[in-house]
Amino acid sequence: MTLTRRAALAAAATLAAPALVRAQGPALKIGMITTLSGPGGYLGQDIRDAFALAIESGAFGAAKIDLVVEDDGLKPAQAKQIANRFIKTDGIKLFTGVVFSNILEAVAPDILEEGGLYVSPNAGPSSLAGKNCHRNYFVVSWQNDSLHESAGQNATALGYKKMYLLAPNYPAGKDAITGFKRFFKGEIVGEGYTRLDQTDYAPEMAQIRAANPEAVFQFHPGGLGIAFLRQYQQAGLVGKIPMVLAAPSLDATTLAAVGDIALGMDVTSHWNTDLDTAANKAFVAGFMKKFNRVPTYYASQGYDTALAMAAGLKGGASVEAIRGALLKADFSSVRGKFRFGANQHPVQDWYGLRVERAPDGKLALVTKGKILSDHGDAYAAQCKI
Amino acid sequence: MTLLLEQMLNGLQFGVMLFLLAAGLTLVFGVMGLINLAHSSLYMIGAFGAAWAGSRGVAFPLALLAGAGSAALTGLVIEVVVLKRLYARDHMDQVLATFGMILFFNEAMAMLFGRQPLMAAVPGFLSGSVELIPRVPYPIYRLAIIAVGIAVAGLLYYLISHTRAGMLVRAGATHREMVRALGVDIGLLTSGVFALGAALAGLAGAMTGPLLSVQVGMGDRILITTFVVIVVGGIGSVRGALAGSLLVGMVDTLARAFLPGVLKSVMVATEADAIGAGLSSMAIFILMAAVLLIRPRGLFPSHG
Repeated sequence: MTLTRRAALAAAATLAAPALVRAQGPALKIGMITTLSGPGGYLGQDIRDAFALAIESGAFGAAKIDLVVEDDGLKPAQAKQIANRFIKTDGIKLFTGVVFSNILEAVAPDILEEGGLYVSPNAGPSSLAGKNCHRNYFVVSWQNDSLHESAGQNATALGYKKMYLLAPNYPAGKDAITGFKRFFKGEIVGEGYTRLDQTDYAPEMAQIRAANPEAVFQFHPGGLGIAFLRQYQQAGLVGKIPMVLAAPSLDATTLAAVGDIALGMDVTSHWNTDLDTAANKAFVAGFMKKFNRVPTYYASQGYDTALAMAAGLKGGASVEAIRGALLKADFSSVRGKFRFGANQHPVQDWYGLRVERAPDGKLALVTKGKILSDHGDAYAAQCKI
Repeated sequence: MTLLLEQMLNGLQFGVMLFLLAAGLTLVFGVMGLINLAHSSLYMIGAFGAAWAGSRGVAFPLALLAGAGSAALTGLVIEVVVLKRLYARDHMDQVLATFGMILFFNEAMAMLFGRQPLMAAVPGFLSGSVELIPRVPYPIYRLAIIAVGIAVAGLLYYLISHTRAGMLVRAGATHREMVRALGVDIGLLTSGVFALGAALAGLAGAMTGPLLSVQVGMGDRILITTFVVIVVGGIGSVRGALAGSLLVGMVDTLARAFLPGVLKSVMVATEADAIGAGLSSMAIFILMAAVLLIRPRGLFPSHG
């Protein structure tokens, strides 16, 4: 009974499928594997929403786009399963979405081996940026190290001599510490690794107090950063030991959550809501109107990734043609100047931001000046494409 | 030295938090023989309940009550609607069903509250810090958690050892069929125990809210640690849960704080950092393996 019913269903599905496709027209599928649950949940949500916003506002022109989104739950094994289903069952060739570097290290090889194209809206681990770079692998956000190189440069510029470093024990955490050290000229009085799934930092607070540095650099994205900053305040360290941060540790959502704790903290980023470009103004206004919240830099990257992929699709239908057009980066990035370096990672400017109180009483990240210009990454030279 | 004392205080606070979670989990397993993975969802619901009540201007103690209450109510509903059917089933079926409930509750909370983390504020009278150890300010709120945890442990001890309901719970844990034969309403007993366990998980979540961020899936990770606690303590025993949580809380905190430093004195700094971080996150599992090697049924086995 069940067997015949299943057979009948399968037959019906096979018969119905071609008709369905004809009715809808050839919609192009883009597979988005991203993190929608757990402490990193809002990161993926912002990337997904901004990508969808770009589709809605006509970035892809006449091309019909079917964005297929799946939650990886911050589990590499789950992400691999999704990638395989996208490739084998759905026949998807274009991929994006991954937030965390450990997930990307797991799925990127699968996608690339099957001839797919991956465009990263966030993670840019060092392991895929140098010797193991790939012609079908693009990163629109940044190479992990460069994100934190800007913070190291900022700490040096701000005149800090003794720093304490803290990051989660996963690929991007190690890239963070490496990147920071590459541009920080002072002394490092202590460094520690936390767990990516840790949310209670009481032991680390005690270690920081005991080391007594001039400032702290910590990398904790998403909900982790919120917990960290709140506990930093509860431990009585806010106002005593300042922080120098890179964008992931203090984004718009973190800021809304922690409030006055963050006042006066120094952050570096490649994008900010107040960057004065026409594309950025349109994006920020459009995002706030549709979702009623301030976009994080994750959202800006999701949006830019959509624009970049749209520019690629103008080159043709084959992966090779898309790749060629994508490489030219012929789109108006919300961060202004943008091009791909030799390893197909961004070459871009970095800014110093500070948390200040806006005239309306709300806290905002305010751009204070340029930290690095036309900055690529340390691995581009090792990449031979 | 002061650093060690401060870290031990941190370990104690983590242990107390684990105890609130482990007590409910171990009671439910002891009395009903049910493996309830959805315990982590009840923790999350408690946190959301308290944060939501707090955002509506409800006083902090009442918000805590709202958190524990919403978890207890949810617990009661899932016990009556779903779990009662599972008591007689295989453990694998229970794991499958309660894992499904985790997914259900995570999505439900995402629909209700969104994926952006919610904030619960530390109440005014508990904010700030005191110098319990000279020159080391310790957050009052964390001390309050320790106090609540100890009070709950005392209350549970009284409830289980000195009341009629507690006697039935103990009897139910060891001789379920006999209790039933004596005409005790087992259905009522299981519902009561489950609601109590859920309330404790909810209380733990509600109290954690102001420390961490309240968000979907916040209980998934702590669940694993909680299972380590009840395995170390002896499944089904509340006394074991207390000993297990304090041990696990202390070992986890001290390993994280001091292992990298100790390793640095014997090897290259960069290697010590990497190995230290890995080894300290394994510490509680190494502890569990060691305990099971010596006492295969945990520190305080409940069944004969």
